[in-house]
Amino acid sequence: MTQPVEIKCVVNGKPVTGSCEPRTLLADFLRENLNLTGTHVGCEHGVCGVCSVAVNGHAVRSCLMLAAQAHGAEITTIEGIARNGQFHPVQKAFHENHALQCGFCTPGMLAVSIDFLSTNASPTEEETREALSAVICRCTGYQNIVKAVMAAAAEMRGETVRSDESELAHV
Amino acid sequence: MSKAERGFVGQSLLRREDQRLLTGEGQFVADIKLSGMLHAVFVRSQVAHGRIRSVDLSAALAAPGVVYAIAGPDLAKVLTPVPDAQLALPKKWTTRVQHKFLNPQQPLLAHDKVRHVGEAIAVIIAESRYQGEDAAELVMVDIDGIDAVVDPQAGIADGSPVLHEQYGTNLIGDFTVSKGNVEAALKSAPHRLKRRFHHHRYGALPMECRGVVSAYDKRSDTITIWSSCQVVHWLRREASTVLDMPEARIRSVALDVGGGFGVKGHVYPEDLLIPYLAREIGRPIKWVEDRHEHLMSACHSRDQIHEVDVGFDDDGRLLAFNDEFYVDCGAWNPIGSGIAYNTAVHLPGPYKFDHFSVRSRIVATNKVPNAPYRGAGRPEATFAMERMMDLIARELNLDPAEVRFRNMVPAAEMPYSLGLPYRDGEPIVYDSGDYPESLRLALDGIGGLEAFRERQRAARAEGRYLGLGIGCYVEGTGVGPFEGATIRIDPTGKVYLAGGACPQGQGMETIFSQIVADAWKVNPKDVVVSLADTSSISIGFGTIASRSTVTLSGAIHGASDSLRKKVFAIAAHMLECSTEDLELRNGAVGLLGVPGKEISLASIAKAARPGWDNNRPAGMAAGLEETAYFEPPTVTWAYATHAAIVEIDAALGRLEIQKYVIVHDCGTVVNPMLVDGQIHGGFVQGLGGAVLEEFNYDSEGQLLAGSFMDYLCPGASDVPHVDLIHMHFPSPLNPLGVKGVGEGSAIAPPVVIANAVSDAFSERGVEFNDTPVRPEQIVRAVFEV
Repeated sequence: MTQPVEIKCVVNGKPVTGSCEPRTLLADFLRENLNLTGTHVGCEHGVCGVCSVAVNGHAVRSCLMLAAQAHGAEITTIEGIARNGQFHPVQKAFHENHALQCGFCTPGMLAVSIDFLSTNASPTEEETREALSAVICRCTGYQNIVKAVMAAAAEMRGETVRSDESELAHV
Repeated sequence: MSKAERGFVGQSLLRREDQRLLTGEGQFVADIKLSGMLHAVFVRSQVAHGRIRSVDLSAALAAPGVVYAIAGPDLAKVLTPVPDAQLALPKKWTTRVQHKFLNPQQPLLAHDKVRHVGEAIAVIIAESRYQGEDAAELVMVDIDGIDAVVDPQAGIADGSPVLHEQYGTNLIGDFTVSKGNVEAALKSAPHRLKRRFHHHRYGALPMECRGVVSAYDKRSDTITIWSSCQVVHWLRREASTVLDMPEARIRSVALDVGGGFGVKGHVYPEDLLIPYLAREIGRPIKWVEDRHEHLMSACHSRDQIHEVDVGFDDDGRLLAFNDEFYVDCGAWNPIGSGIAYNTAVHLPGPYKFDHFSVRSRIVATNKVPNAPYRGAGRPEATFAMERMMDLIARELNLDPAEVRFRNMVPAAEMPYSLGLPYRDGEPIVYDSGDYPESLRLALDGIGGLEAFRERQRAARAEGRYLGLGIGCYVEGTGVGPFEGATIRIDPTGKVYLAGGACPQGQGMETIFSQIVADAWKVNPKDVVVSLADTSSISIGFGTIASRSTVTLSGAIHGASDSLRKKVFAIAAHMLECSTEDLELRNGAVGLLGVPGKEISLASIAKAARPGWDNNRPAGMAAGLEETAYFEPPTVTWAYATHAAIVEIDAALGRLEIQKYVIVHDCGTVVNPMLVDGQIHGGFVQGLGGAVLEEFNYDSEGQLLAGSFMDYLCPGASDVPHVDLIHMHFPSPLNPLGVKGVGEGSAIAPPVVIANAVSDAFSERGVEFNDTPVRPEQIVRAVFEV
C-alpha cells in the first residue's frame, strides 16, 4: 500500500492539514477528509464542471486535480463564499434571479462565475454564456444563470440593482 | 394591500430552498456519512446479451478493505427473484383498449442472463469507495455471448434472438386504440401521405447521478433508505416486499435531489439491494452511481419509430390519421404501458378530426431500459403529428401555420371530448384553453408570419437559408391516482404541511408554502413543509408526470377545509359566537367586522390538545391535524405552441436559432418566476435532444456513449435565449385551477427544429423526419438531394 501523503493548505480562510492516499482526488479530499460536502461531483471525468472550486483564485475542476497537488494552495469552496453571514453578490444574484433549481451544479456555477467576473467586470451576454459553458446545468436552461451573472457584475461595478421585494430573502 | 391580503399564489416569491443550496448546506444522498458506513460498487456487464456461466469473486473478496461480495447467481438463491406479474392497469382502461402486455421483472442482480451492457451482475461492499472499485476490477465474469437485438423491428421478425425466453418473443407490449373508421376514411381521402419518423434515444442525465444509502437498526428492527428518488412511497412499498418487513418498519427519504426529470421516477434494483445488504451485513451501506455507470444503467428514453399514414382534403383538413409505432424498450420495461400509451393518445394534439387509429408495439432489445423522461412519450407523438402538419402544408402549397389553424379545435368548442380514453381510463376531455390563440401569439412573438416569409424570400435570393419551425401540443397533466397531504396546526401557531410529493429542484417547499399560506391566511414563513419522507405522511404517490402542483394543492385544500371547520368550532366555543361570524386573518381566527377580536392559531392549537384544561367543545376529538387525499377526476390539459426562426449554413450544416418563442398555458400560476424556470429548463433539454444528445449502440449492442465527452449535454453557449408568452385558462378540475408545467417545454423542440430546417430547404424538397438534427444530417440531406 502506498504511503499516505500529508497535505497542508488553506481552505475557506482556515489552515487545514490532512492525510490521504496519493491518488485521492481533491474533490474527494474536500468531501471526505474535510467534510465539505458542498462541493458536488457530477461526472468525475472533468467535463461537467460541477465540482469546480477556487484554487489560488481560479476555478479548477476538483475531480481533475489530486489532493496532493493542492498542498500549499488556497482553496475556496461554496461553504466559504459568503462572508460574515452575507451572500457574495453572485450568490445574491443567483437567489434573486432564480438561477438555481436542484442546486447540484450551483457550487461549480458559483466558482466559475466568480472567477469569470474577476477577469471581466462588464461581460456581454455572449461572453457570459461562453464562460458558463464550463459547467453543465440540466435544470435551468441557463437563461436565469446568465441573467444572474450579469446582474452580479453590475452590482460589483457599483451600479444599483433593484431586487424584487422578497418575503423569504435572508442571510 | 399587503401580500397576505392579495394572497401569495401568483407571486414570484424567492425560493426558501436557495439559502442552503447557495452556501453548501444542502444535503444530497452522497453527502450522508454514518458511523461504520460501507461503500457498494457494482460489477456491470460489458456484453449486451449472454448467458452467465460463472462469476468468480475470490480475488475481489481477498482484496484490501472488502467486507462482502455477492453475484447474481448466489443472490438468487437467498433472495428469490420476484415472479413476472400482470401489469396493473385501471379496469376502465383494460375494457376499452385492446391490449396484451408481458411484464418481465428485473432481478436485483442478473443471475441467468445479462440483457444489456451495464446490467449489474455482482456487488462489492468495501470500507471505502476506492477499495471497492479496486476489488471490482478483480471480478472474473464468464459470459456465453448471444447475438444482440438492437433494432425493434428486426427484434420481432422470425428468427430473432429473444431476451426473455419464457415468452418466446421480444414483443412485450401491443395495444391498439382508435376512433371512427380510419381505414375507410383513408381510402376515400382526396390526399394521402405516408412517412416514417424516428425519434432517437436520449435521456434525462440529471447532474446528480442515482444514489442510495441504507441503515438497519437492529434494536427497533427498522430500516431507513435514503434514495435520490422521485417516489419515496413507491420505494417503501417495494422494499417491504423484498425485505419482507411491514411498511411501518421502513422509512424512505429523499433529501435534496440533484435533478430527476423522470429517470428517478421509479424504483431501481439498487434501491432495494442496498437496504437488503445493509440488513444482512449489519452496517450502513452507501452506493453512489458514477457518471459512466449512469449512462449505462439509469434508464434511457424516447427511441420510437412511427409509420404514419394520413388522409386529408384539398384545404389541408386532416380526415384520418393512422400510426403504427414501435418502442425500442431496452431490456426491461419498468413503467409498462406508460410511455407508449402517452404517445398514442397525445398524437391527435390540438387538432380536431374524426378517424384515428394507433397500434403500438413495445419491443425488448439489448439496451438500457426505456423509462419516462420529461415528456414521457409526448415528444415522439408531437414529432409525428407536427411533421405531418408541415408535410400536408408542403403537399398543398399552404403555409404550415395556416394548415394548423384549419385543423385546430376552435376555442368555442372547449371543453372538447377527444373520443379516446386517457391512461387513467377516463374519457379525454380537453378542459380549457384557446389553441388557435396560442399559435397566433407565437407567430406575433416571432415578428409576424408575413414579415418572416418576406425576410425568408429575401434571404434565399442572397443564398441564405432561413426556416420557420412550429410545434403545437397538448399535454395531460396532474394524473392520478392521488396525492396525500397532512395539515397540522403546531402549538406555536405555525402551519405544518406533510405531502407525498418529492421535489428535485422545482421549488416545491416555496410553492406549497405559498398555497398553504393562502389557505390559512398566514405568511409563507410560518409554514413548515415536509416532503419526500414516508415518516411524515404514510400514504403518498410522488413526483412524476407533471402532477405535483396539481395533485398536492388539491390535497392541501382538502385537508385544510376539514381542519378549518374544527379550528372555527374551537374558536367559536372560545369566543362564544357562531362559526358563521369567524374568518381567518393574521395567523388567527377573528370575529368578522371586529378588528382586534382574534384568537391566535397557537391558542386554538393549545385548546385542542388532549388532557387537562383543554378548551374543546364537548364531544370534539383532540388534536388539530387532518390528512386528505386528492383523487383528481382525470388529467387537466396544458398546451403550448413553440415557434423558432433558424438560419442554416448549408455548407457546414450549422444551425443558428435566431428566435425561439414559447406560448403556454398552465392555468393558474402559483409562482411565475418558478414556472418560467421550468419552461426554460425543459426547453433546453428538448433542444439538447434535438441537436446534440444521443445514446448510440453498435450492432453488437455496445453503448457508444461512455462519458460526457460522447454524450453531449447543451452548455450555456449552445442554446439561445427563449421568449415566453403566458396564457391563463384555469383548470376546472382542481381547487386552484392549476395545470402541470414540469414536462411541457421539452416536448416540442425536436419537431420545431426538424420543421424549421425542413422549411429552410423546402424548395429543395428536403425533409427531416428523424432526430437528432445535427450538422452531419443537415449536410448529408442537403447534398443528397
